[in-house]
Amino acid sequence: MSEFLLFDPLFRVPFFTGLLLAAALSLIGALLRMRDEWLAALGLSQIAAVGAIAANVLHLPVLIGAFAAAGAVMVLRAALPRIGNSHYGLMILLGWSGTLLLGSYIDHGHVVGEHLLRGQLYFTHTGHLLGAAVLLAFTLGFLPWLSPRLLTARFFPDYHKANQLPVMPYRMVFALLVIGAVVTGTVSIGAFPAFAMLFVPPWVGFVLVNGWTRSLIASTAVGCAAYIAAFVAAIMLDLPFGPVLTAVLILCGTLRFVTALRRRNFQVSGDQSKANYLPIKEYRAAEKRAP
Amino acid sequence: MPETLLKLDNVVAGYTTPVVGPVAFSLAPGEILGLGGHNGAGKSTILRSITGMARIFAGTITRSDGLTISHQWQRPELPPELALMGRELFALLGADPDSAPAIIQPLLEKPLYQFSGGQFQLLQTMACVCSPAKLVLMDEPTNNLDGRALDALSEMLHRLEKSRAVILVSHEKAFLEKHCTSMLEVSP
Repeated sequence: MSEFLLFDPLFRVPFFTGLLLAAALSLIGALLRMRDEWLAALGLSQIAAVGAIAANVLHLPVLIGAFAAAGAVMVLRAALPRIGNSHYGLMILLGWSGTLLLGSYIDHGHVVGEHLLRGQLYFTHTGHLLGAAVLLAFTLGFLPWLSPRLLTARFFPDYHKANQLPVMPYRMVFALLVIGAVVTGTVSIGAFPAFAMLFVPPWVGFVLVNGWTRSLIASTAVGCAAYIAAFVAAIMLDLPFGPVLTAVLILCGTLRFVTALRRRNFQVSGDQSKANYLPIKEYRAAEKRAP
Repeated sequence: MPETLLKLDNVVAGYTTPVVGPVAFSLAPGEILGLGGHNGAGKSTILRSITGMARIFAGTITRSDGLTISHQWQRPELPPELALMGRELFALLGADPDSAPAIIQPLLEKPLYQFSGGQFQLLQTMACVCSPAKLVLMDEPTNNLDGRALDALSEMLHRLEKSRAVILVSHEKAFLEKHCTSMLEVSP
């Protein structure tokens, strides 16, 4: 029965929506991780969920609410002189409590709230598919232009200002991509699965390979492979998709530990500690003899 | 008379409140200006006022047309997991890897997560020096460097094209005196 469900045309739109999102979210997650802003993704996804359910309360389209809430936070973020994990922590708490509290004001509110937090991929329609396709197209289109600018700002924070180069265009494009990813991800696969897709693939991908472009490719490959495995497993085992995706992504974390272990074994091979040890008198004498 | 790359005219700079100044100097191509002074005197703030990261409370900064700047930060943060290669970091500033000293060459083929703090400091410093920027700002470039790395940095400063200039912040008086064509003692 489950095998037939897997190939049911009803699941084609959800499958491709999720696959496009997996690629886009993994790439944007890699940029967030490079900037050490990955926790912002969870904060934003929770806030987007509040916006979506607030729109539901006000009988407005869910997407508008999610975009408005995430956009307002990004504007606030740009206005603050410094933003850190404490702010992101507050966003997460506000999002969780706000979603469940607002949900209590509408009929079947707890169901909508749960869907937004846990995911509702099987209920996505062509609008979601189109949103995911546009997000991926913009991400891939802007990546070659955006990536070196973000990397330069990471390592040489005042390079653009010092050389009187505009900073607003790349900051704005990046903010819009993050908002787009978080909102489309939250309303399609749920706040926590969207965060998992932004966080885990780069967390794993960054340690698998060397080089920036390869890191991006590895992150995207991990994200897409985990998504496909989770989609199949959720249908075959008749389990909710969001938690299965998150569990599969966490399982991918073992790749990271295996790679880290291999590197550590390589680095400690050969004991150099005794070979270079000399009492201070002999050390000074050796220094004098050295050319 | 040589062109002036940069001129600071009684600049008072800081962040929420003034930290340093008034400071006045001008810099011509080929010059290496050393900034000395105690901790907290405002040496790094002067560099940041030039790049636009610090607020200017009084005075003016005049730049020559099309002046390009590279700025090596004090204590650059080494990201723990980023697999960016040394060569890719060089490319961000348009730095020429072939002009980098021999000590840097192995670092260009290594990912950043394998770097020590000293190696990362050296790579960032060399990326700034090997970049095409006309003005190089160096903030404590000798921190964490061993003897070989210091020699390589000295050699690069010695070989610097005459069309470029450097502002060098350091606590190491001997290093400043060896390389600088002029000195400014900074006090708050």
